[in-house]
Amino acid sequence: MRNILLFIQRYFTFICFLILQILCIVLLSRSSKSHETFFSTAANEVTGKVNQQYSGVRQYFSLRETNRMLTEENVRLRNELTNNYIDTASTQLVTTDSTLRDSVGRMRKYTFLPAHVIGNTITLQNNFLTIERGSAQGVKKGMAVTSPQGIVGVVVEVGPNISRVMSLLHRNSRVSAMLKKDTVTGSLEWDGADPTYLTLRNIPKSSVIKKGDTVLTSNYSANFPSRLMVGTVADIRSESESNFFSLTIKTAVNFFNIQYVYLIENVRYKEQLSLEQTTPTRQ
Amino acid sequence: MNPIIKHSIRFVFFILLQVFVLNTISPLHQFIVPYIYFLYILWLPIGIPRIWLLLLAFIFGLTLDYFTGTPGLHAAPCVAIAFLRPFLLKLLLAQETAEAGYMEPGHKSMGWAPYITYAVVLILLHHSYLVLIEWLQFGNFLYFMGKVAGTSAVSLLLILIAELLIPRREKQRAVK
Repeated sequence: MRNILLFIQRYFTFICFLILQILCIVLLSRSSKSHETFFSTAANEVTGKVNQQYSGVRQYFSLRETNRMLTEENVRLRNELTNNYIDTASTQLVTTDSTLRDSVGRMRKYTFLPAHVIGNTITLQNNFLTIERGSAQGVKKGMAVTSPQGIVGVVVEVGPNISRVMSLLHRNSRVSAMLKKDTVTGSLEWDGADPTYLTLRNIPKSSVIKKGDTVLTSNYSANFPSRLMVGTVADIRSESESNFFSLTIKTAVNFFNIQYVYLIENVRYKEQLSLEQTTPTRQ
Repeated sequence: MNPIIKHSIRFVFFILLQVFVLNTISPLHQFIVPYIYFLYILWLPIGIPRIWLLLLAFIFGLTLDYFTGTPGLHAAPCVAIAFLRPFLLKLLLAQETAEAGYMEPGHKSMGWAPYITYAVVLILLHHSYLVLIEWLQFGNFLYFMGKVAGTSAVSLLLILIAELLIPRREKQRAVK
């Protein structure tokens, strides 16, 4: 017993070093295994507050750009208003409806929520955005995040007033995306190199692709509505050992200056997810 | 200035500098990420008890990690360099300087050559460890070497600039 105590006394710093190292590795593995940030709510709120102060200052420098983007989006949305279209049969009146259930009996599937970005990284291997909306404002885990220009990421961590978004520029980010031309679906990932390019994998070689083709979100995603802008094809690589193309996608959204985003909630997200995760039973 | 206050200010300063300035610089190349935050650990006094050094480094690394959302990623290399620091200083310093425990490692207290050796060894250790655990799951060896080399070169440059820019007044010990 005495020898053990002497041993501990002698190598006290080394043992402390080992304990701290193990603690670090445990924290790290816990955070990456679950594809989410391991993030205690208290720390989240504190770093969120600092980010908020800083972004309050920074925001003024990009007001012009933000305004331009919002105006562009307004113009686009205005062009899509129903009263801009005249029906060929003028006896019918077409209206849009924003209620939960419209008169034809269709249910509302997606709801939108605006949010202000107060923290954003692009230079790391695993990048996150911090947004100033939380569970108190109706944010839930798994909500899709888009900017006026294109999709941005997925909510992974929700505090009372501040949430974290796993950006598309994250090693573990996987989004189902398709080519607009022939709706061939692949998996959208990031290779960690350049924050303006993503990689679209699993596009079969049978599809005809040209540089500049538009890539949209696919119909299969649980959190993203279909046909949201992702980017354009910048480079086509044909993998010799497989039957798939690997496409380099120029992102539509500029990750360097995201200021405002929309959170999109799929009302049936939980239902779809729980159904997809069950193992099919044999009849 | 009271050393505790001085080092607390440095703590906050280096965290804010890394999070809000260096981490937001648009990447020049995928190999180059400017890191300087661990200079805080390099600048702690020579005679600080080793257990405090370890704990401070851990807290410091973890604070940065909570800003970047990757708990443990920066804390692990910080603790590693904090553990090896005393051995390295013992090797590099002449006996009587090592006894002047309140002094901080710097070009004034150590001389340029030992200080740069000290910085280079700890930078290489820090970046190798950081890039290793960051890339363990992807395993591209060339990328690993390139990133360690690129990041270390940029860090060394930043540290030398900081050394020249920030005047740290070293109290010269009077001969008793």
